[in-house]
Amino acid sequence: MPINVLMPALSPTMEKGNLAKWLKKEGDAVKSGDVLAEIETDKATMEVEAIDEGVLAKIVVPEGTADVPVNDLIAIIAAEGEDVSTASSGGAPKAAEAPKPAEAPAAQNTTPGGGHMAYERVNEAPDAAKPDASKPAAAGEGGRVFASPLARRIAKQEGVDLAAVAGSGPHGRIIARDVQAAKASGATKAPAPAEAGTPAAEAPKAAPAPKPASPAPAGLSFDQVKGFFAKDAYAEVPLDGMRKTIAKRLTEAMQVAPHFYLTVDCELDALMTLRETLNASAGKDKDGKPLFKLSVNDFVIKAMGLALTRVPAANAVWAEDRILRFTHAEVGVAVAIDGGLFTPVIRRADEKTLSTISNEMKDFAVRARAKKLKPEEYQGGVTSVSNLGMFGIKQFTAVINPPQSSILAVGAGEKRVVVKDGQPAVVQVMTCTLSCDHRVLDGALGAELIAAFKGLIENPMGMLV
Amino acid sequence: MSESYDVLIIGAGPGGYVTAIRAAQLGFKTAVVDREHLGGICLNWGCIPTKALLRSAEIYHYMQHAADYGLSAKEVSFDAAAIVKRSRGVSGRLNGGVGMLLKKNKVDVIWGEATVEAAAKGNAPGTVTVKETKRAEAPKGAKGAGTYQAKHIIVATGARPRAIPGIEPDKKQIWTYYEAMVPEAMPKSLLVMGSGAIGIEFASFYRTMGAEVTVVELLPQILPVEDAEIAGLARKRFEKQGIKILTGAKVTKVEKGAASVTATVEGSDGKSQQITAEKLISAVGVVGNIENLGLEKLGVKTDRGIVVTDGLGRTNVPGLYAIGDVAGPPMLAHKAEHEGVICIETIKGLHTHPMDKGKIPGCTYCHPQIASVGLTEAKAKEQGFQVKVGRFPFAGNGKAIALGEPDGLIKTVFDAKTGQLLGAHMIGAEVTELIQGYVVAMTLESTEEELMHTVFPHPTLSEMMHESVLDAYGRVIHT
Repeated sequence: MPINVLMPALSPTMEKGNLAKWLKKEGDAVKSGDVLAEIETDKATMEVEAIDEGVLAKIVVPEGTADVPVNDLIAIIAAEGEDVSTASSGGAPKAAEAPKPAEAPAAQNTTPGGGHMAYERVNEAPDAAKPDASKPAAAGEGGRVFASPLARRIAKQEGVDLAAVAGSGPHGRIIARDVQAAKASGATKAPAPAEAGTPAAEAPKAAPAPKPASPAPAGLSFDQVKGFFAKDAYAEVPLDGMRKTIAKRLTEAMQVAPHFYLTVDCELDALMTLRETLNASAGKDKDGKPLFKLSVNDFVIKAMGLALTRVPAANAVWAEDRILRFTHAEVGVAVAIDGGLFTPVIRRADEKTLSTISNEMKDFAVRARAKKLKPEEYQGGVTSVSNLGMFGIKQFTAVINPPQSSILAVGAGEKRVVVKDGQPAVVQVMTCTLSCDHRVLDGALGAELIAAFKGLIENPMGMLV
Repeated sequence: MSESYDVLIIGAGPGGYVTAIRAAQLGFKTAVVDREHLGGICLNWGCIPTKALLRSAEIYHYMQHAADYGLSAKEVSFDAAAIVKRSRGVSGRLNGGVGMLLKKNKVDVIWGEATVEAAAKGNAPGTVTVKETKRAEAPKGAKGAGTYQAKHIIVATGARPRAIPGIEPDKKQIWTYYEAMVPEAMPKSLLVMGSGAIGIEFASFYRTMGAEVTVVELLPQILPVEDAEIAGLARKRFEKQGIKILTGAKVTKVEKGAASVTATVEGSDGKSQQITAEKLISAVGVVGNIENLGLEKLGVKTDRGIVVTDGLGRTNVPGLYAIGDVAGPPMLAHKAEHEGVICIETIKGLHTHPMDKGKIPGCTYCHPQIASVGLTEAKAKEQGFQVKVGRFPFAGNGKAIALGEPDGLIKTVFDAKTGQLLGAHMIGAEVTELIQGYVVAMTLESTEEELMHTVFPHPTLSEMMHESVLDAYGRVIHT
């Protein structure tokens, strides 16, 4: 019986992906574990493996096809000895009869949600767009809210934000009783600006899920922008999945998470000395290469991880109507790649040794540039580190990457003249700016976090014990 | 080994057989038990055969008034036996149709009187015993008496006429709808007790066929569930046709003579009068058939003659369900069908909601017809709504005039605050076919705006539905 190869879900939230490349041709023999094709999602390129032996009888979706829905038939594998031509013609209708083998690749490649975080729900990417009864109807694509005329009118009269109402009608349509229920539960008014000092007290339900929904200004249209420029002045660059995701996610972050910024100068002299000592003491592998080579950024990651566990209230993220607080620190690290960036997450950065962090980062960086990171490697995290020091940037502010609650923007370490004991002194200084989500962190709490970080950077021996 | 089903439904009325077909569609192995007829009262002794009788009456009425249309029809008369025969034929045809539908959907029919011995418990299915019945011959291919097992048992046994002590139907002079449906001859005079849909339809039928008809209603208004304004208009029309109507009146005593009954009727003023008629039709409502099903033994919760359910058909006993008349008012076929579908889809695990009983339309097929859905004007006010009321008379509608039906009214009731259509009430020609438009609007939660923006075809009676909405907002065109 022919085996249907379906578009796999590479993450729990994936709905469609691009079929980047076929690595096998029609007629090629395949065996279990062979890589059949590469699928490109918003951020990663993943491989589809064969789970059975046979011959790749038919490629249904040609390579280069964008936005192939998950579970769509992409190819048919004929079993051994099976006539390839029959398989390719008769395969598709049999999908219903033989769902098991067909579903298997999808199941195998699916990321088990929440394997790495203490809370499963935070691991769900904010762009999970399937409208279901438990989620606001507006979470659907395109931002159109389906609501009955009466529901719309009542919502308008009562000041209920329809985008935040879960629809219980057919196909998730919002009907009058949903609006009334939302009104009764008090979770309705359009999101009020979070009041400084009391971010956690009231959870405006409307604010939670990042919504691509209507109220958000979409910016100028293509035609409007085009109008500003001469026709031959530009070339159009189509958006790939990563660019779309960055645009969407970070726009949401700025609209949804109230940012504030805290800047400190960290003296690096002690750290530079320690780094030199540690690197010099690194053992060698059999090729004579050092087992590790710590960078300043590795110290920064470790310091953030430890600082988070020392200020537990800051080791938390916003989750719609509650705050999720973590035991261990999950620190994302922005890795610039051609055409975008990834933020792979160092799990348990508080516990890991500097050398482990360093080696993990090197591996992440290599695979990020090759777009071979797995979704579970770049999802989640409580905070991130973004270091532009190597570009000579002295100071900057970064945009928080949802669902995280802060991000540390790290500038270049440079020699500066500072006043020490009433005397000018030359020290190496690095300016760091923490962007905080005010829903989770208040000013004082953010200050405590960055002070803990500064303390560790300036007394780096604390990171070794 | 007894036959085992996923779903077994007791009662093959409109609720039961529709539920059975839906169950089969959902992949359940399904059986339906009945003791008398496929299609239930509705199809055999209710909705359908009365419509056949009323159609005869309607055509008879038109023939009598042929001259109004420039036609002549002389020596217009009727043959009571032929009218009844046609009515039975209509039922018979549809009854056979239900049998075919069940067969097509591979639903087993079991013939006899069912008793629920046990509801499903854990992995053990429930048990139903079926005893032989002498009420009616089993349809071809039906299974007979025996013990049957089912994971889910749905009681859909319907209702029967309510009997008032001292005025028990005797099938001779005191009729229920059963006898009224198959008269051997048209009675010369008739007393109708109760002015709900059943009473009024028979009053209308027999009056058209020439009987002297008196209707006695306990409440101050005939058609008590209808909007007072509509009921008032109906009363005027009926009285114009020669029907005597006594409201706020009670039949206190009935004496049977050789070929007549004499009823003592006490009026609202306390004075009594005696009314003698050839026949008396008792149409004072129906009661649920909850007896002899084994429900008491299983501890099924009932309340004043109906089985208590959770709105999705579930009783307090897991594995046992009830739908239709036996699960409470309104006791209407279309309510039973819908309730049955919700019940079986709930069993299947589909996403269901309890039916919104405020959106179930009701129709009375007297002349003129009456149809309504939702709240009456009085009920809406009682519930605290500020209402906007629209009215449009048939006299302002071209199609109505052309049909020679210039009497009637379409009334709409809106919530002034939200524009929600709270109710619609109609009297006049063919309104029973019009009401669904408003039902759809209510189900979709339309406001006056969508109704105003809807294009109604011209020339039709439905244009009045548009005009009535416009009138509620001071924008009516044709009055």
